[in-house]
Amino acid sequence: MTGVARTGDTPAVEGQAPLLDCRDLVVTFPSKRGGEPFTAVDHASLSVRSGEVVGLVGESGSGKSTIARAVVGLQPLDSGVISFMGEDLTGRRTIAQRSGMQMVFQDPYGSLDPRMSIRGTLSEMVRRHTPLRGQEVERRCLELLDLVALPSAILDSRPAGMSGGQRQRVAIARALSAGPRLLVADEAVAALDVSVQAGIVNLLADLRRDVGLSILFISHDLSIVRTLCDRVAVIHLGRIVEEQPCADLYANPQQEYTKALLGAIPRLHARRGNASPPAAAWAAPAGAQ
Amino acid sequence: MVTDGRPGTDAAAILEVEGLTLTLGRGAGAPRILDDVSFTVRAGEARGFVGESGSGKSMTLRAVMGILPPTVHVESGRILFRGEEIVARAPDGSPSTVSARLQQLRGTGISMIFQEPSVALNPVTTVGEQIVDAVRRRDGMSRRTARRRALELMDLVGIRNPGERLGSYPFELSGGMRQRVMIAAAVAGNPQLILCDEPTTALDVTVQAQILALFRHVRDELDAALLYVTHDLGVVAELCDSLTVLYSGKVMESRQDLRAAIDQPFHPYTRALLQSTPDIDHLEQRLRTIPGSAPTPQNRPAGCPFADRCDRVQDDCRQGPVPDVGVGSEVVVHCLHPFGRGSAANGVIDPSPAEVLR
Repeated sequence: MTGVARTGDTPAVEGQAPLLDCRDLVVTFPSKRGGEPFTAVDHASLSVRSGEVVGLVGESGSGKSTIARAVVGLQPLDSGVISFMGEDLTGRRTIAQRSGMQMVFQDPYGSLDPRMSIRGTLSEMVRRHTPLRGQEVERRCLELLDLVALPSAILDSRPAGMSGGQRQRVAIARALSAGPRLLVADEAVAALDVSVQAGIVNLLADLRRDVGLSILFISHDLSIVRTLCDRVAVIHLGRIVEEQPCADLYANPQQEYTKALLGAIPRLHARRGNASPPAAAWAAPAGAQ
Repeated sequence: MVTDGRPGTDAAAILEVEGLTLTLGRGAGAPRILDDVSFTVRAGEARGFVGESGSGKSMTLRAVMGILPPTVHVESGRILFRGEEIVARAPDGSPSTVSARLQQLRGTGISMIFQEPSVALNPVTTVGEQIVDAVRRRDGMSRRTARRRALELMDLVGIRNPGERLGSYPFELSGGMRQRVMIAAAVAGNPQLILCDEPTTALDVTVQAQILALFRHVRDELDAALLYVTHDLGVVAELCDSLTVLYSGKVMESRQDLRAAIDQPFHPYTRALLQSTPDIDHLEQRLRTIPGSAPTPQNRPAGCPFADRCDRVQDDCRQGPVPDVGVGSEVVVHCLHPFGRGSAANGVIDPSPAEVLR
């Protein structure tokens, strides 16, 4: 990997073999008019260690969701290697590998089946991924709801009667039901109100602390990432341009692109002047529309 | 209160909303989507209109623009545009929303920018055509002149190579470019009031920063009044001069000076919202959350609608209607126990409260 600024590792997890290790991932999509294929992910490398929360931040079209989909096996790679728990994930994944990582999607309205009760949604997953049967399934469902701080009464509800925050908690409980070691959260709080968003971010922080869950947290929002992540990788046009421990990235961004991203965050207490012209330097490049 | 050169209470009022109450359906027991909402936006002022989903903030904009869904009715209240009432009254005295005057004003006096430019723009017409139409609607000028004006507008909103872009269809543009096209069409008639319904929520932060800069630019060029609806206090802090916080259809806090509101929120809800907003300059270990959820219009309690989620709640909060207290016309707080040294008992909050946020 070239052009990537790496400055040190998080001390707490140093020396540990990574739980998830992505090396030189390349994903291309065929272009419509038979031209050059579009390179969505361009030799990206990324790792998540046990108990670590890693942020992957970029704008729309940067390739961050493609990486997330590749990690959980929803997107074939052109080249590169993804290894998980020390094993290379090539070809068909084993059940253990599939239960080992689970994904939470952006839209809690679209990612739950509207016809299924929450009990149905969770118990289907528990039966699929664990040997539990009968009364034990029900007990496990209640435990899962407890983990995501939802009342047990919600088991009989359907998604339609629930708020966005509650649905996202159910989606997290569903992901946890497989007993994963890694959670891939793709813009999991982007669609929620701020007060609700804060609750989900706190919940993810608690799950890391209490159950030792590792999280790959994909977001376009650097301010949310800052409250949650140990390390942050910044992705631009399919390349990881910078990766640093969280505090360092904010204090001392190395790349111009990272600085531009940080500079664009709305600030509660320090308003930018009227200096920035309407067509700033980071306007979408010609041809990338 | 004039801060950083922005107009204060002496500038001309462009939009005055007084005691606006919207109901879902008609009749005495109809649930109130909006309950006695009042605020003013003056020339050159950008007012942030903040609330969570379902608080009624978008409905307020729709009421002003006269595009309420058919099931929502204006029960009472007045909407004045430059002192002129724009809510027409039916012969039986009940207000209906669209007056002939309002239809005239749309685009030329008042225009609206929506959250989703991909939905609001016509997908089968070029963007040039849509901007030209907006220009011609105002002046009835020739197509050639209108085209020249459209190019100027596209330049104003930062669309590069406007000559080439005139022939593009919306699907050929990025989200940020589409939003610029919508802003160009919205300002084509030199409106004095621009209603913004979360126009940057769907955009990347870098694009959002450009669009916010563009709004500042447009407001200064046209001396327009902006009513800016969002759930993001960070965006409000970047763009706006004044703030109205809406919760469950009621105004919780209204402040003429946005900076003061952010530094010293009086209402517990405003404070909780501020504390749950991630702040890049103040790293918190944990974000503040607001437990529970807002009451729907159907089950709003008699007392304060925020009482069940409030950490300062006392018995009297639930006993009956809560009065608005404040300092002159600058501050309105809908709370019996606001932050600050004063109390609601004398109807005034001490403007220099003991507790300052951060």
